[in-house]
Amino acid sequence: MYDIYALARGPFAWGAFIIFFGGIIYRLVTTVMEARKKDHVVFDYFSPYYAMRSMLHWIVPFGSTSMRRQPVLTIVTFAFHICLIGVPLFLFAHVILVKESFDISWWTLSGMAAQVMSLIVILSCVYFFIRRLVQPDVRYLSATTDYLMILLVAAPFITGFWAARAWAGFEVATLLHMLSGELLLALIPFTKLSHMFFFPLTRAYAGSEFGAVRHAKDW
Amino acid sequence: MAIAEPKSNDKPIVLDDAIIEGAEKLSEEDIARVINDMIKTEGGARFKAYLNTCMSCGYCSEACHFYLSNDKEPRFAPAAKVKQTLGEFTKKKGRVSRETLMQACEIAFTECNLCRRCMMYCPFGIDIAFLMLFVRRVCHKLGVVPRYIQDTAHSHSATMNQMWVQEDEWIDTLQWQEDEAKDEFPDLRIPIEKEGADVYYSVIGPEPKFRAQLIYQAAVLMHVAKIDWTMTSSPGWDNSDMCMYTGDLEMTARLKKVHFESALRLRNKRIVMGECGHAFRSVYDVGNRFLGWKMPPIEVVHAVAFYDELLRENRIKIAQKFDRPVTFHDPCNIVRGQGLHEKARNVIRQTCETFIEMEPNREHNFCCSAGGGVINCGPPYKNKRVESNRVKADQLIAAREKGAEILIAPCHNCHGGLEDIIHHYKIDIEIKFLIDILFDCMEK
Repeated sequence: MYDIYALARGPFAWGAFIIFFGGIIYRLVTTVMEARKKDHVVFDYFSPYYAMRSMLHWIVPFGSTSMRRQPVLTIVTFAFHICLIGVPLFLFAHVILVKESFDISWWTLSGMAAQVMSLIVILSCVYFFIRRLVQPDVRYLSATTDYLMILLVAAPFITGFWAARAWAGFEVATLLHMLSGELLLALIPFTKLSHMFFFPLTRAYAGSEFGAVRHAKDW
Repeated sequence: MAIAEPKSNDKPIVLDDAIIEGAEKLSEEDIARVINDMIKTEGGARFKAYLNTCMSCGYCSEACHFYLSNDKEPRFAPAAKVKQTLGEFTKKKGRVSRETLMQACEIAFTECNLCRRCMMYCPFGIDIAFLMLFVRRVCHKLGVVPRYIQDTAHSHSATMNQMWVQEDEWIDTLQWQEDEAKDEFPDLRIPIEKEGADVYYSVIGPEPKFRAQLIYQAAVLMHVAKIDWTMTSSPGWDNSDMCMYTGDLEMTARLKKVHFESALRLRNKRIVMGECGHAFRSVYDVGNRFLGWKMPPIEVVHAVAFYDELLRENRIKIAQKFDRPVTFHDPCNIVRGQGLHEKARNVIRQTCETFIEMEPNREHNFCCSAGGGVINCGPPYKNKRVESNRVKADQLIAAREKGAEILIAPCHNCHGGLEDIIHHYKIDIEIKFLIDILFDCMEK
């Protein structure tokens, strides 16, 4: 098991991060290049002011009519995303790993806060999963990959929570945590999870068109 | 014509014989070739980003009047329309059956008004209208288009106007309206082909065909406001464009080119267009882009903005305010298309005594369900179109209950759609154009 652990701690981690960052750069560069060729309007009508205006309305909870119409989904979505990004970045155990390897470190969450936040991610995933199964329009829209994606995102948090609580089999949980986290990172650029970096682009474009050309709000 | 009432809402039922005839001529290879060519040539970064980032979260569902009016039937959700069309196209690498193609055609042409309301409800700002237009363009290239709207597109190609109006009929109509108006205003003219005039006034094909009184009223407005204006006798007088909605963008480019060039030839300073939404979209947003102009080569002013300007500059005065309570329908293409909602309200406040807002309003107003060429798909789809806009009827009924007797809608398509809704749901409200009100109230 320690062999696999060493793999997960070393080459797999490197691989995951390289694929993650490399993949993001690759997707962004190819998208921008293709837009230059086929979607020149994106650049022609781009307006930093209206792009920002639109983004602000959509990254502030309840900043849009759409969000206000579905309050539960909005609360869960925001809590989910904040915890999803916050926990891995500011978890004490993660920062220690970075410090050991590169001798850099930053502010960390308390153990309790990290566990609560992980739980929020897990419960949000449960909510998303059930919502997909139960709400007719979302069920209609969902493909198998949509369900798998929820599991993919939940896995590192379930296993991480397990390990942090030091429940039975936490060594295996730790290993699974590392592997699932690495898998998630590597898949982000190549699945719908790429909305992580496409969101600002599509939002900025919509904001520019609505604001600068059509003189209308888009929230 | 195979007109059958849909038995179930699970799948669109193909109602139009031209769609069936068109599809029967195609093999699966033809379909795959055209779909894949389209994706390869015109499916750019936006197309891919939209398809690949949609998380199928369902935020857009609540935006769509088709979805809301059909008891939240899932397949009417905006994202579901994409799933049933482009989703199938991409999943099967273009090799879809004729059945699937026909259904995609029905969805894109008759179950989406391209109103862009859902774009405002999507966290990512995914432009479903853009994607539905992509489907329509595939259908156009395959020759699978509903008969009535295709006939209109043929009229555009043959005559450069929407209604098969011949040149002499057009000029006769203008002279007829000038003659009529002269009874009231002896020195009124409808100047034709006047070089250097400040305003080039253009209308849509149905005005000379069915609603010539609108030209009369516009002429009186120009006369009273002492505007130096003209209309053209040549092709280009019609600013409408159904080719934009059939996916025939090449034809759209020809139409807009003729329109712009007729005004430029006369060295007019700007184009003022009548109360039409889609025509405005074609001139301000679509046609100019296809021709390579970032903005129209000559300033384009929609009637609503023009009336607002005339009132602000005191070029017309209100003799007596309109005394019946009015409500206002925000047409998608001039509200989500150019934010003219406040200008429209300014005109209403200055001309009407009692104004009752419809809810929701402004950018969030519901489409009339006639737009995006849906009403132009003709009688086979009338029932579906009207029944799929119960939410609009609810809006109107609520406004009626608050006391509104008149519904102002500054758009031809909206008029058609709203008239059908009022009739179907038996709502006691009368529809008018903004110029009807202005004409009634202004000092002449």
